[in-house]
Parts: sequence; C-alpha cells; structure tokens
Amino acid sequence: MTTLLAIACILLITVVVVQIGKVTELATKLRGEEEAEQISNKRTGSFLLVFVFAFLVFCVGSAIYYKNWMLGYGPHEAASAHGSRLDSLFNVTLFFTGIVFVITQILLFYFAYKFRGEKGRKALYIPHDNRLEVIWTVVPAVVMTFLVISGLDAWNEVMADIQEGEEYVEIEATGYQFAWHLRYPGPDGKLGTRNFKLINAANPLGQDWTDEKNWDDLHPSEIVLPVGKKVRVRITARDVLHNFFLPHFRLKMDAVPGMPTYFVFTPSKTTEDYRRELSKYKEYQALSDPADPNSEPLWKVFNYELACAELCGKGHYSMRRVVRIVSEEEYTKWLSEQKPYYMTSIRNTIEDPFNGILLPGEAAETAPDTSKTTPQ
Amino acid sequence: MATAANKSTAPAQHDVDLLIEEYGYDDHFHEHHEGDKYQSNFFTTYIFSQDHKMIARQFLITGMFWAVIGGLMSLVFRLQLGFPEESLAWLKPVLGKWITINADTGLGTLAPEFYYALVTMHGTIIVFFVLTAGLSGTFSNLLIPLQVGARDMASPFLNMLSYWFFFMAGLVMFFSLFLSTGPFAGGWTAYPPLSALPQASSGSAGGMTLWLISLTFFVVSVLLGGVNYITTVLNLRTKGMNMWRLPLTIWAFFVTAVLGLLSFPVLVSGFFLLIFDRTLGTSFFLNEIFVGGQALDHVGGSPILYQHLFWFLGHPEVYIIILPAMGIVSEVLSVHSRKPIFGYKAMVFSILAIGFLSFIVWAHHMFMSGVNPFISNFFVVFTLIIAVPSAVKVFNWITTIYGGNIRFTSAALFGVGFVSMFISGGLTGIFLGNSAIDIQMHDTYFVVAHFHIVMGVAAFFGMFAGVYHWFPKMFGRFMNETMGKVHFWGTMIGAYAIFWPMHYLGMAGVPRRYYRFDNFDTFSHFSAMNQFITVAAILVFAMQIIFIVNFFRSIWFGKKMTSRNPYGANTLEWTTPIDVPHGNWPGKIPAVQRWAYDYGKGGEENVSQIVPLAEGEHDQGH
Repeated sequence: MTTLLAIACILLITVVVVQIGKVTELATKLRGEEEAEQISNKRTGSFLLVFVFAFLVFCVGSAIYYKNWMLGYGPHEAASAHGSRLDSLFNVTLFFTGIVFVITQILLFYFAYKFRGEKGRKALYIPHDNRLEVIWTVVPAVVMTFLVISGLDAWNEVMADIQEGEEYVEIEATGYQFAWHLRYPGPDGKLGTRNFKLINAANPLGQDWTDEKNWDDLHPSEIVLPVGKKVRVRITARDVLHNFFLPHFRLKMDAVPGMPTYFVFTPSKTTEDYRRELSKYKEYQALSDPADPNSEPLWKVFNYELACAELCGKGHYSMRRVVRIVSEEEYTKWLSEQKPYYMTSIRNTIEDPFNGILLPGEAAETAPDTSKTTPQ
Repeated sequence: MATAANKSTAPAQHDVDLLIEEYGYDDHFHEHHEGDKYQSNFFTTYIFSQDHKMIARQFLITGMFWAVIGGLMSLVFRLQLGFPEESLAWLKPVLGKWITINADTGLGTLAPEFYYALVTMHGTIIVFFVLTAGLSGTFSNLLIPLQVGARDMASPFLNMLSYWFFFMAGLVMFFSLFLSTGPFAGGWTAYPPLSALPQASSGSAGGMTLWLISLTFFVVSVLLGGVNYITTVLNLRTKGMNMWRLPLTIWAFFVTAVLGLLSFPVLVSGFFLLIFDRTLGTSFFLNEIFVGGQALDHVGGSPILYQHLFWFLGHPEVYIIILPAMGIVSEVLSVHSRKPIFGYKAMVFSILAIGFLSFIVWAHHMFMSGVNPFISNFFVVFTLIIAVPSAVKVFNWITTIYGGNIRFTSAALFGVGFVSMFISGGLTGIFLGNSAIDIQMHDTYFVVAHFHIVMGVAAFFGMFAGVYHWFPKMFGRFMNETMGKVHFWGTMIGAYAIFWPMHYLGMAGVPRRYYRFDNFDTFSHFSAMNQFITVAAILVFAMQIIFIVNFFRSIWFGKKMTSRNPYGANTLEWTTPIDVPHGNWPGKIPAVQRWAYDYGKGGEENVSQIVPLAEGEHDQGH
C-alpha cells in the first residue's frame, strides 16, 4: 500500500511539474524572452546562494551529530598502536581538504550568484593569467607533497613485518564461505604446515598431521589477545577472496587463496577499557535491545569485531567473530584452558596418521590398543 | 535565450552563410553524395544509420534506457538496505523467485544472491553502458565532426558498427538478468576466484559467461568508436582548425578515446584469461582452492594478477567517464557565462596530465589486496599528483564564471553542479589515495560516497549539461527550462542527501556490499541514516522521470529553434542549418579563423570561430 502510494505520488509530482513547465513556457511567450530570462537568472542566483549556505550547514551539522558514532571521534579512538597515527593522518587531511572544500564551494556559488545574468552587464574578457595558474598549481603541489610524505612514512612503518629477534604473538585467520576459522600456534609458538588437498570436514584447514608443529595448534572460536603485545596475523583464504577487517584496530588485509598475507599490530586497549570509554557518552547508555527494558546498556555489551571486507558471495555480510583484548594474565590463563585441536578431534580417529601409535611423550596407558595400524 | 545571435547581425562579416561561402573549403561533398544513398529509407536513416548525429542519438537513448534499468536496480537494493524489515512481496511479480515469501508472516525478502546481483549489475551497467557509451559515445559522435568541421566521422561504417556492438553487449547483458542461476553477482570488478567458480556463487555460472561475452562486445564497440574519434580529430579538422583552436570538448573526447584505446584491450586480455580458467582448466588466476567440498586442481595462478589487469583499465576508465563531462562543462560554462574559458592551455595540459597519470595509478585500488606494500609507495605518489591538475581545472572553472554574465539555463546549472560535485568527490580521493588512510577506508561506504559523487553524480551532471545544451542541435527544439530547473534542484539536493551521509558510514567502518548491517554491533547503529538515504534515492529517481518526460516531450512538442545559434556560441556546430543535413553543411565546410572562446572580446558579445581576425588582432589559439 505504501509502495502504491509512493508511486502515485511520484507520478502526480511529475504531472504537476510538466504542467508548470507548460505554463511557464506560455508565460515566457507573453512576457518576452529577455525579461523572463532576467527574472529566472535573478531567482536562480539567489537559490544558488541559499543552497551553498544550507549545504555547508548541513555538512557541519551532520558531522557533529554523528561524531560519537564514528571511529576516530568521540569515544572511538583507535584500539591499536598504529591506529591513532592513521587517525591523526585522516584528521590532518580533513583539515586541509576541509579548508579547500569550504573556500571553493563558497567561491563557486557566490560567483554564480554575483555574476548572474543581468541586462546591460558586460562580461569581462580575461582568457588567462599565468601567475594565477602557477599559484594554483604550486600550492596544491606543496600540500600534496606534505600529505604524501607523512602518509608514506606512516604506511611503511605500519606495514613492516616482524623484525628479527622481536617478540610477538602469531595467530592465523582463514576466511571461507562464510566464516573465519582461527588458529593459534599452541605452546611451541609455531603454526604447523597446511596443504589444501588435505582439507575435509574434520580437518578444515588442511593441516598436515604428520607435522608435529600441528599437534598443539588451537582452533578457538574467538580471537583473544593480550594488550600491548605485538601480534602478527597470518591471513589466508580457502576458497575465494576475503578480507580480514578489524575496524577498531584500523586493520584490513585481503585473504587470498594460495597466498598468505599478514598484518602486524599491537592492541592498545582492552575490551574493558574500551567499554569504560563508551560508558562516558550518553549515546551508549541506550538499551542494547530496545525491545527488552532489562537489557544491558550498549556500552556494557560492546565487543571488538572481525568482519569480512571483500565481497565473497551471498553470505559476505555475516562473517563475524568476536575479538577480545585482555590483560597479559588473563590471556595466559585463557590460553592454558584451550585444548589442541589435534588432541581433541583428530587423535586416534581414522584421520590420525598415528592412530594407535604412541606419540613421543605420550604415556602408554592413554593409547587405546595395540592393533597394527600404521601411519598413512 | 535567443538574444546574442539575433542582435549581432549588423556587420556583414557576421553573416554565417557569407563567411562560409567566402572563406570556406569546398570538398565537393554534395557532388559525390548525390541523392544521399546513406539515408534513402527508414532503415538506413534510423536504424543502421551511418550519420554521426543519428548514431549519437542512438547512443543517448540506449544509454538512457540502461540508466533507468541501473537506477531501478539501485532502488531495489536501497529498499533492502533502508528498510530490511519491510516486505518486498510486491516485487514478486517482477523478481519472481528472488523474493522469498515467508509462509507465516507473508513477508517478502530479497534473496541475498540477488541483492549482490543487483549491486553488480548496477555497477556494470552504469559504469560501462551509461557513463561510457551513453556519455562519451553520445557526445563524441555528435560533437567531434560538428566542432572540428568535418562532414562525418572518418569511417561512418565503423561508427555504425560501434553502436551495434554496444547494442549487442546490452542485449547479452539483458538476457543474463533472466537466467535461472541469476546474473553475475560478484561485484562489477569481477574478481576471481569468486567470478571463476560457479561453486562459489550461483551468478558465476551462466551469468558470468554472459557478462564476459557482453563486455567483450562492449570493448569492441569502444575500440571501433575510439579509432574513429582519434582519426577524425587528427585528420578531418577543417581549414584553420589547428589543435590549439579545438574547443575543450574535443580535447576531452580525444584524450578519452586515446585512454580507451590503450586500456580496454588490457581488460579484454584479463577477460580471456578468466574465460580460459573457467572453461579450459588453466590456472592464471586460481591457486590452492577448496570449494564446494572439493579441492580443485588449479595451482600456481594468482588472483592478484587479474586485479592488475582489471585496474589497468579500471582506473583510466574513471577518467574515460569524467573527461568528457569535464569537456562538456568547460564549454557550457564558458558559453553561458559569456566569457572565454579561463586558462585554455592550462586546461588542455591538465587533461593531458590527467590522461597520462591515469595509467600509472591503478594499484591504488589494491593497497589492501596483498601486493607488496613497498609497491604501493609509487602508486600513492602518482595518485596524489593527480590532485594537482584536477585542482587547476577546478580553479579555472571557478575563474571562468568570475566576472561573467551568467545565463542560468539548465545546462549552466548542471555545469555549476558538476564543479561542486567534482570538488566534493575529488577531495575525498585525497584520503583514499593515501595508502595509510586507505587501510581503514578501503571498501567502506567512504569509497562508495567518493566515487559516486566524483564519477557517478558528476559525470551524470556533465551528461545532463550536455543534453540540455545540445538538445536543439540534436532535435531542433529546446527542452523545457522549468522542468529542467526542477530536475536540477531535485537532483543536486537529492544526490548530496544520498551520498554525503555515506561518508559517515564509511568513517564508522561500515563495509560496502553488505546485504544487512545487523550482524555486527559496530555497523548497526545507522538504520535512520540508511532510511534517509533510501528515501533520498527514491526522490532522485523521481526527478529523473521528470527529465525523461521532458526529453521525450520536447522531441515532439518542445519550443522550436528559430535561429541557428540560439546561445550566441562560437563553435562550428552552431553554423550549421537548424535542420542539420547529412554532411552537416549544405555547401562548403566553414574555415576556422580563431580559437573557440572569443566571448566578450573587444566589446563584442561573441565572435564565432569562422570570423576572420581583424588586422593586428591577437588570436589565443595559435
């Protein structure tokens, strides 16, 4: 019904505008073209002036209105060490472009208004002015040079891989249609090798179980990381392109099948810290579930999120994982509670190449029986 | 309007026919074309026409058809984004199985596959069929022969083929909309592996095959057109028309054609490799893939290679779209301000600079694609350098209207609107071109806002300016000015209402190409804004209905053109008779004596290009 009404409205408006168009054409004929043009120029000139004023007010007003919902503003400071640097780069660029934006828009519309066609006015004949051309070539060039240099400086630092001898936590995220599969290296600190040919329902990442580095690898359902420690995310994809996107950490990198990528970052705020920041703003006092009056306020249920930012098919919009940043102690505790995937899901099943065979360090009584299975 | 030309008739040297007769060039055209075999019947006149003016109209009207289709698609997915809980059951008769109706509630939901198909088709159609063919195809065809003083294109036959290849491309794409597996749904950039694997997306089956065939036809069309435009500009300029006397429109079309000729073949090579991967089992773009419960045999390829090939076209493509609009706006602003375009040579050099730079910035679309971060350094530098010639153009347009006596025709208004949009959209490019900022902004709504404003809305504004301005040249009648102004204000305000808020979505990190936002707490706070955007989109579409009604009504009922130069413009197309014949000028071809922008010179309202220089008079175009 609303739709029909909307369509009817649009048709009606069209008819009205057509009729007005016809009438004004007739009026123009009666009044004389020249005079009609004068009146129209005058009116349009004032419209243009009103427009630019209203437009700039709308731009600034809406920005202020949405400030606390945008990353980098209000409570949404970056939650990673490099993020605040990118945010300030954004703001510096916003400062320069904002000045240019306001000045050029005002000049454009003000000149249009000021020099609206009037009877008897002669237009100036100024075909060119090389001095002006030089000025407005050099000034943007200087500003661009400044932005390029500060941008590239930040870029090369942010994108640098782990240096030799640096301490870091390595995790792996694998995108597939339509979720993320996470892997932690376990106590040995090393991720085991993978082969896409080995992938099946029990072995979602195609880990090679003959590689003992795989035995202690963890497959948690959320990303948990210690605050203040360097993290290297190894990013891979199983089927099509995905993109590992952590908005709060200003982190984004494509996941490419057959070509692991990486991103190095340092979380700087725990989830709890971030929630505390949010709690200071009234926008986040609202109920998280407006239908349920007993639900927690928004700030209390806040979580960092992992999303997909490269179109990967019909479920692209749903690849969510929660990211929790915790203190070093909590992290160690959480890590110790995780069970290696091999031990819980693979060991002594038909998937296990060492089915029935004792692994080094394994006590004899844990082995099921002594049948003569051999590694495949 | 019809003021200038009527008034300045007194001196004999301003009589167009006499000037053409006295100085013009006689190519004996009409002796060779006795009886005009090219336009002897209905088919050769209106369908398989070889006349550039008819082909221009064919491009324009086909482009408008596709604009309506592409626009309607955007309305459907905007309804989904703005009102995800509202029932779309009423679309069931049109969309069929892509609307699933909940048996209990009767709620109709758009299938996510089809949402992505709509997004993909919207992009493909608007970028290629509307803003490339509909814009450059229309105005290059109409204006190049008329403004350089040629009888027609260098090869009218290839020109006709160019249109019909475009038509076939459209036909194939149109068919793909009705496949049971749906049209292609992997984004207009068609990145493999998604576009290569039917297992990964149903649209990547038959839909993608037709998409590839369609766009291959399309590239043939662009190349045939481009060869023609370049040859015509270089070889068929009339006597006296040196390159520095070309109107900026022609410079823009010329550089556009060169860009197309150099970049589209690279796209096709990418398409062919993709076709091989899809059908012959090669692995150019595929490597180590497990999909649909199966490990594929493809190893050793790189999906990133496709991205390089695609964006090697893809980036020049945005200039292929915007340069013609820039050319049109330069001409329109100058004519209606009654002032020469400011800094003509700076404008030409900035077109050339933009054209050149457009070939060495393509990887700025790929900062976060996994290419070596070191490579990005070069692309950041060249990308941000483009801001300099762009800024030069903006300042020159603003200075062009400074001190003018502006007639606010609909064309001039869209010209001003174009500059405003180009500023707003161009400035956000400075954020995105800087790789460090792009880490956060890449593939968010910030990008959507940026490119829609700078190459979507701005290019459309250029197109509208051109249509309103040259409509009398195409159809011998004027479009209705009041409806034109309503169209302008509705579109201007509406377009900003749609795309300005998207910057905030992007700054909040909301990714583009999301079917719903409520899976994520981070992205789900903007339902009011999304509703606002959707309502604005519907209003803007309604404004385009007014344009279309105005367009077709004016073809038959518009105010008739009574003088051959209604705007008092200097360029050659206004020296042709009101009813332009095949061959454009009934007798000799006019000779050009001066540059195209002598407006207000020496107290004259305007001095046509065919008026000889007075003794000792300095000409800007030499």
